[in-house]
Amino acid sequence: MPTTAELMVNDLSVQFGGLKAVNEVSFSLEPQTLAGLIGPNGAGKTTIFNALTGLCPVTGGEISFNDNKLTNQPPHTIARCGIARTFQNIRLFNNLSVLDNLRIAYHKNRRYSLLCGLFRSPRFHREEAEITARAKEALDLVGLADKAEHLAGSLPYGEQRRVEIARALMLNPQLLLLDEPAAGMNPHETQTLLELIRQLRDNLKLTILLIEHDMKLVMNLCERIFVLDYGHLIATGDPRSIQSDRRVVEAYLGGSRP
Amino acid sequence: MSWQIAALQQLINGLAVGSVYALIALGYTMVYGIIKLINFAHGDIYMLGAYFGFYAITMLKLPLLPAMLVSMVAAAIVGVLLERIAYRPLRSSPRISVLITAIGASLLFQSTAQLVFGASFRPFPQAMPFRRIQLGPVFITNRQLLIFGVAVLLMVILHVLVTYTKFGKAMRAVARDKEAALLMGINVDRIISATFALGSALAATAGILVGMYYNRIDPYMGMMPGLKAFVAAVLGGIGIVPGAVVGGLLMGVAENLVVTLGSSTLRDAVAFAVLIVVLLFRPNGLLGKKGMEKV
Amino acid sequence: MANKLSGLLKVALLVLVYAAVQFLEGRGILLPYHVQILSLCCINIILVVSLNLINGFTGQFSIGHAGFFAIGAYLSAYLTVKLQLPFIPAIICGGILAGLTGLAVGLPALRLRGDYLAIATLGFGEIIRVIILNTDAVGGARGFSGIPKYTTFGLAYLTAIITVVVIRNFVASDYGRACLAVREDEIAAESLGVNSTYFKVLAFALGAFFAGAAGALFSHYLQYMAPTPSQIGFVKSIDILIMLVLGGLGSITGSVVAAIVLTVIPEFLRGFAEYRMILYPILLMAVMIYRPSGLMAGRELTLKGLTELFKGAKTRAYHS
Repeated sequence: MPTTAELMVNDLSVQFGGLKAVNEVSFSLEPQTLAGLIGPNGAGKTTIFNALTGLCPVTGGEISFNDNKLTNQPPHTIARCGIARTFQNIRLFNNLSVLDNLRIAYHKNRRYSLLCGLFRSPRFHREEAEITARAKEALDLVGLADKAEHLAGSLPYGEQRRVEIARALMLNPQLLLLDEPAAGMNPHETQTLLELIRQLRDNLKLTILLIEHDMKLVMNLCERIFVLDYGHLIATGDPRSIQSDRRVVEAYLGGSRP
Repeated sequence: MSWQIAALQQLINGLAVGSVYALIALGYTMVYGIIKLINFAHGDIYMLGAYFGFYAITMLKLPLLPAMLVSMVAAAIVGVLLERIAYRPLRSSPRISVLITAIGASLLFQSTAQLVFGASFRPFPQAMPFRRIQLGPVFITNRQLLIFGVAVLLMVILHVLVTYTKFGKAMRAVARDKEAALLMGINVDRIISATFALGSALAATAGILVGMYYNRIDPYMGMMPGLKAFVAAVLGGIGIVPGAVVGGLLMGVAENLVVTLGSSTLRDAVAFAVLIVVLLFRPNGLLGKKGMEKV
Repeated sequence: MANKLSGLLKVALLVLVYAAVQFLEGRGILLPYHVQILSLCCINIILVVSLNLINGFTGQFSIGHAGFFAIGAYLSAYLTVKLQLPFIPAIICGGILAGLTGLAVGLPALRLRGDYLAIATLGFGEIIRVIILNTDAVGGARGFSGIPKYTTFGLAYLTAIITVVVIRNFVASDYGRACLAVREDEIAAESLGVNSTYFKVLAFALGAFFAGAAGALFSHYLQYMAPTPSQIGFVKSIDILIMLVLGGLGSITGSVVAAIVLTVIPEFLRGFAEYRMILYPILLMAVMIYRPSGLMAGRELTLKGLTELFKGAKTRAYHS
């Protein structure tokens, strides 16, 4: 395995009671890769995301990111290492404004102290202005600059997904994990999303790993694809090789199993 | 050897008080099991039960057991109404709103009772003559025996009800998964009402038993035993019926042993110390299984 | 510029209120008894706003606030009576010990959620009360009497203003936003790098600090502390909770208004105390059923909002 890898996952296993949701999965991501994680429902894709971000306990194996060991670290520590994510079922702070949703995510970059905050020192004002500017920038990037003051929960589904991506960007991540970013979007929105994701990788130099059921999107967008079935990684490769992989076809079409 | 005898005596007293806690804790646990609500007003239903019993004996001139039945029915009605009026509209609200409502209901019962029954305590009519039975170095009173007898009888009935009847099955189904139970044709609303009725009736009996035991009732008598019974339910594992019994008995004994060891004012702190320790080290209770949170 | 102007306007208004009270008292229009009630209003404002930080903004559920209040009340009284410490340092010591206790209790207790946390905090409050009941140095069950009357309206008023400003600033800073995030969705907050335990404990300790300060003001206002449930136990905690809920979780101005209204009204209805205790719970339940976000519904009353209201415009001020 090349040592240039940014994210390294070695023999990762996640077990819930008697069920092995993820079984000795190993893969790695190089900087600025655009990769996809696919597989039938229940294959363990979201569980891998949860394990990577510390939201579910890892029962075996190792995760390292830029040579930092992340296995079983709390989620907030992992976020501070430069991994940001979105959620399959959108977890925005619904009762807060879109702008506040984004400003919260700048948390790890805030430098002023509690006392500065409590007594509103000049430093506080300066940094808050900077945070707001950054948030507006990120909103601009996803094309929602005009929705800053709206309550996040009041936006339509597709826009909520984009707010969630913008919020993840506020962390200044190196690795962005997107859990079904196109779910519930119409073809036009999906096309915009595709361009946005490409742009993020190219302009912000992000490494992106996404879970997606829209095969057209995955095949169009990703350079590298990991296929998961019943907790096992059954294939890795570029879109062309994945499409012709016998095991992948079987997993999706439900062919006979060994 | 005298402290050992004293401790043994307190063990008997503790088991008596513990049986009462267990009766109240059963109501907490059943309601929590079924709608995940800490029914803060449950202790006050126990208080109302004591007053209902008081009036059934003094005004209706009923003997003890029929008075108990009257009080159980009346308390059951109060419990059902409470759920209907205060909790049902909030079934899909955040749990904090429901908890605040429950606190409100508790206060309402207390202040109404104070207005209607008077703020000062009343001696409870002694429907049976006091007797103490010597058992070697320690003794047991006939009131304690009554508490044990009634408590055990009610627990056996409840156990049979929950384990072997169709109603019990439906109740367990609702506790497990409300939506699925609904799809199976179970009238969820009615099961919830019945659970409140059952829990309230048990609490009412506990109220009468305590009224007789301490020979006094007052509008605030429900607060502390209510909280302690809740702790007992948590100790045994909330939502688990045998857990409530185990927790109640342990609480009663622990409290009385602390009284033997030292100050009686520390007695009320025991419950809360137990609560905090249990929540930290065994949050699912002694009989509980480890649960998992879904992400 | 407009910001600075409205800030100055607010300061002027606050000074004006103080001057008006002094003037009316000097002319004998406000009796000492009335000024006492105003001081009590200020103390309750501190209690409710500080509980709002914990319950309203951070989404925890504490019903043990009276425990922190009691620590501040008793420690400060002990310091001024037994050690002859001046009042201001005694207030600060009371606040600090309450805050440290908040820290000590918060670290383990805040692993619990929702209703479990509620019961644990209630239990903690009662434990504090029982400890005080058994401590002879502060009077034990007899109560603590002979506390000097150091609390003036001016001091209570100033402390209330400091509390409101500090907590408002906290909520509007990155620290407060982290607390809001924890309230809204702990998992999302964590995945954004927010250490949820840290912020829960921080809010808890800060809230406890101000509750302790309120306690110090209270013991030197009443000059006597009794270790009863209604003065330092769960009845007191629930009183504070009622004010908070009626004013609206997550609204500072709502807390202030509710604290004033619910302190003043009972004074006028002394003869109807029994009915008040029936009315309050009904009000509490009705608010939960029909308007669960409280009378202010998480909004703030602002000068700008008020002027717009006068102009007939619609007020739209969320968390500002």
